[in-house]
Amino acid sequence: MPAYALHETMPSAAMDMKAANEPLIAARNVDVFYGDKQALFDVSLDIPVNQVTSLIGPSGCGKTTFLRCLNRMNDLIDICRVTGDIILGGKNIYDPDVDVVALRAQVGMVFQKPNPFPKSIFENVAYGPRINRLAISKTELKEVVERSLAQAGLLDEVHDRLEAPGTSLSGGQQQRLCIARAIAVEPKVILMDEPCSALDPIATARIEELIDTLREKYTIIIVTHSMQQAARVSQQTAFFHLGNLVEYGATETIFTAPTDERTESYITGRIG
Amino acid sequence: MDQEHIVKSFDEDLNNIESLIIEMGGFVEKQIAEAATALSRRDTELADTVIAADKRIDALEADIDVTVVRILAQRQPMAQDLRAVVVAPKIASNLERIGDYAKNIAKRTSVLAKTQPIGSSAATIKRMCIMVQDMVKDMLDAYVTRNAVMADDVRQRDEEVDQMHNTLFRELLTYMMEDPRSISPCMHLLFIAKNVERMGDHTTSIAEQVHYMVSGEFFDEERTKKDTTSTTFIEPDASE
Repeated sequence: MPAYALHETMPSAAMDMKAANEPLIAARNVDVFYGDKQALFDVSLDIPVNQVTSLIGPSGCGKTTFLRCLNRMNDLIDICRVTGDIILGGKNIYDPDVDVVALRAQVGMVFQKPNPFPKSIFENVAYGPRINRLAISKTELKEVVERSLAQAGLLDEVHDRLEAPGTSLSGGQQQRLCIARAIAVEPKVILMDEPCSALDPIATARIEELIDTLREKYTIIIVTHSMQQAARVSQQTAFFHLGNLVEYGATETIFTAPTDERTESYITGRIG
Repeated sequence: MDQEHIVKSFDEDLNNIESLIIEMGGFVEKQIAEAATALSRRDTELADTVIAADKRIDALEADIDVTVVRILAQRQPMAQDLRAVVVAPKIASNLERIGDYAKNIAKRTSVLAKTQPIGSSAATIKRMCIMVQDMVKDMLDAYVTRNAVMADDVRQRDEEVDQMHNTLFRELLTYMMEDPRSISPCMHLLFIAKNVERMGDHTTSIAEQVHYMVSGEFFDEERTKKDTTSTTFIEPDASE
């Protein structure tokens, strides 16, 4: 049997194993300091490709700090210092020769509050591909925008008003617009920082459904305060507490029979 | 874990489930004991009490089911809480079945009271019942104390119940061969013995639930079943 055929017939469980064996991102001994205060302690974590990894933990546990390390968002904070390695596709993203703008195109981000640019729906999505020169002609640009909006599950709702301002959309639509904006530059990874915390349950359900579809093409890392959301959308879950990575493993195991008592206390609502 | 939930009423919910299981289990123990006593004393009045009281077990099971559904919807429990909540209706269902068997013994007692006693079979059944009653009691202790080792030990004790059932089965077959007039009471006694044997089996199912609740691992080890009555055959000549 030729190799490609073997790959194609590989059952999904075996595919998952394969994915789990080859991390897309490998964090090694990551420490983060804000001035004198250490926010993350020696975090090592492998993020598998085409899976959703959720980062959970009480406020101030370091989960968002860790997420922001993955596309060097912490560079924007003067007093923040990151040590250790974060390897993406064989390259340490903290190497001095890394182009941070190119990195952030590869590792896109969606924030807690939808933050569309004060421009049209079309321009919100077209901005990234244009400045990254991923689409040159008007036709190409239109294709990219429509494809991205379609992938974000928004095209049907906005196709007849692409020139309307992005801010005229509802909160849930704005968040999907931000996701469309992130995927327009063809990233490998999408980071999501509590993407549903400002949304109503229906808009939340749409985003969760979208996350599940997007993982076919992208690797997703999501910070969430909702344990139920983590249990629903992710395959891997990492629990942070007081700046330490306490437990990391298959989501199913973490939520039914975690091994660390701190994880147990947190997910059952005994410590916050 | 002794630590309390941040939401206090969640602790109350979980304690409520536990109390219902304990109440149900305690009542099932009593039903087994009284069914056995009614049988050995040929006390039809007590048998009738057992039959009537079964309704209370059914009501407790319904209470547990309603509580569990509400907790799942309101609290979305996780980890040990999730396990404690999901095993409750299964344990309740096993207890309810055990209760039904006790009731069935009581029903047959009313018939048996009108016939001649068959050897020492009623006494043997009483001994079996005491064993099963003790298993249920210890299983409830294992449940309350979250003791998986104890649950596994109780599970193993079912072998003794199976062996007593085997012996009784052969004994009753022999009586029937000796005297066809004994067939009717012997058949009832056989069913009763089978009921007690099944009670033991349900207790082992509860052990598996307790094991999962405590450890988070599903019980996959096959229990050695010692009940051989399904394959027992006694040649008519053997009794002579």
